[in-house]
Amino acid sequence: MAKRIEVKDLNIYYGGFHAVESVELTVEPRTVTAFIGPSGCGKSTVLRTLNRMHEVIPGAYCTGQVLLDGADLYGKGVDPVAVRRNVGMVFQRANPFPAMSIRDNVVAGLRLNGVKNHKALDEVAEKALRGANLWDEVKDRLDRSGASLSGGQQQRLCIARATAVEPEVLLMDEPCSALDPISTLAIEDLINELKEKFTVVIVTHNMQQAARVSDRTAFFNLKAQGEPGRLVEINATDKIFSNPTEKATEDYISGRFG
Amino acid sequence: MAEPNHVAEPVSDPATPDAPRRPSAAAQMKPPSRTGDRVFLGFSSTVSVLMAVLVLVIFVFLVKAAIPALTDNDSNFFTTRTWSTDSSPLNFGIAALVWTTAISAIIALLIAVPLAIGVALFITQMAPKRLAGPVAFVVDLLAAVPSIIFGLWGSIVLGHFGFLNGVRSVLIAVLGWIPIFKETPSWSDVGGTIFLASIVLAIMILPIITATSRDVMEQTPRDQVEASLALGATRWEVIRMAVLPHSRSGIISGSMLGLGRALGETLAVTLILQQVSQMQLKRLFNPSIFTGGDTFASKIARDFPEALNDPKSLGALVASGLSLFVITFFVNAAARTIAERGVKR
Ligand SMILES: Nc1ncnc2c1ncn2[C@@H]1O[C@H](COP(=O)(O)OP(=O)(O)OP(=O)(O)O)[C@@H](O)[C@H]1O
Ligand SMILES: [Mg+2]
Repeated sequence: MAKRIEVKDLNIYYGGFHAVESVELTVEPRTVTAFIGPSGCGKSTVLRTLNRMHEVIPGAYCTGQVLLDGADLYGKGVDPVAVRRNVGMVFQRANPFPAMSIRDNVVAGLRLNGVKNHKALDEVAEKALRGANLWDEVKDRLDRSGASLSGGQQQRLCIARATAVEPEVLLMDEPCSALDPISTLAIEDLINELKEKFTVVIVTHNMQQAARVSDRTAFFNLKAQGEPGRLVEINATDKIFSNPTEKATEDYISGRFG
Repeated sequence: MAEPNHVAEPVSDPATPDAPRRPSAAAQMKPPSRTGDRVFLGFSSTVSVLMAVLVLVIFVFLVKAAIPALTDNDSNFFTTRTWSTDSSPLNFGIAALVWTTAISAIIALLIAVPLAIGVALFITQMAPKRLAGPVAFVVDLLAAVPSIIFGLWGSIVLGHFGFLNGVRSVLIAVLGWIPIFKETPSWSDVGGTIFLASIVLAIMILPIITATSRDVMEQTPRDQVEASLALGATRWEVIRMAVLPHSRSGIISGSMLGLGRALGETLAVTLILQQVSQMQLKRLFNPSIFTGGDTFASKIARDFPEALNDPKSLGALVASGLSLFVITFFVNAAARTIAERGVKR
């Protein structure tokens, strides 16, 4: 199920604004890759090109290739809808469907894929909610609206929703930025489990988190204000945190850098 | 004005310890002037009280005008279909008017709402920008057409419009066993029928329903749309998962606005509808939409000039007008409740 992602010469634009330039990276199947870097350097932007969510912003486009097990996501005739069914995403801001119950939120993706069997849906919902460390808190109110939860609970609900469909690749944009330490640990455990089956890419501002969960770490940076963001270095997480090749990486990690 | 000063103070002189300075900073804090608030509050509460009083005055006036006619009425006001106010005792009731008003407005709504939702979805979700603008403009333009034009067009042109007569024939053939769609002798085409009035009403209320639906659809939160897209939703599935749930209560209140307009629309309906004779009304109740009739509004508009010289005839008309008032009042109240419930969910 898990797939290898190869990004080749990826340039990303918002209309006339060149946001990220010439990214080259490979993500091996069944690994966790962390994207780190200062705010505004384009981590979310790169992440969103990996499931073709970037292009839903009016005027946004990208050039280059993103290969999923060798098949170009941006190739001719590739349906972005099909891409997104295989590459799941958790957003920086929790976005459950307020008109749906908690349970329906979790199984929304499965419903899209045509699963109708109630029992099967219930089982998946429980499993996904347990994985996201939310089950105990919501098991008595699965029929309440997804919007009735706290911010952190909503984010865990979104994580459950994204994992319920068992995507080949899971993209997570700062999934823990609104979570307490216990839920954060639970999510990190979940990521560790997920990587046995899936490929995970996670954006995080939390260095410890990157060190704890990821196998490889990519450091993004802006050359200068107003210039496009770029990938400075991608390497094994140990190496990035102990002995990075680039000076900029070392400065950022040791906190000598805004 | 005092605020920026004392906020800036510690920054401008960081060497000075904060604590001893605080009392003086607090002393500098003048209570901000609230004159504007008070004027505005006074003005807006006066206006709202005046509005309430005005509505009450109109209501009382209407009730007073209607009472003599109602007390002289020999028939049941609610269940009588016929209308005779020429000589005492009077014999009139609103049953036929209620039916014609309600059925024409409801059918107009049944036609207009799906169309309006479709057009609004097209404009906000599907059409490329350069198509969406013109379509929205054309629909808005419909709202600017005076209702007399709709009336003239409906009665002169649409009455002989082959397509509508085709629809009529199909409805009669397929659903004719339902009394509402029964064929009625001597009404051989759509000219003058309730059906035709409903179609024109539907066109007339389309812009308002489309505009309200469009507004709420445009407000669909970006993150809801992205949440469904990221799950692999197609365009239609995005509409189903994000856009429609978000717009539901807005669409409902827009529809209720349209319903209110359809219930009260006068000119167009008066020009289009042909009356049914009192004799026929008396003989049997014909619920078919393929026959003529009168709504509250068209009845009042038609009979008003003659009734002017006779307080009792006028009173009877006022009583029917009051009934319409009460009906639209409840429709609006219902719309409000539904819309509010939508917000709470
Ligand atoms: N919708 C958009 N339209 C135009 N420009 C955008 C849009 N979203 C992001 N950008 C720009 O693209 C650049 C990269 O933004 P991005 O959101 O990818 O940063 P980030 O690394 O995820 O930052 P953060 O850590 O704060 O989330 C920024 O300069 C930003 O201003
Ligand atoms: Mg970001």
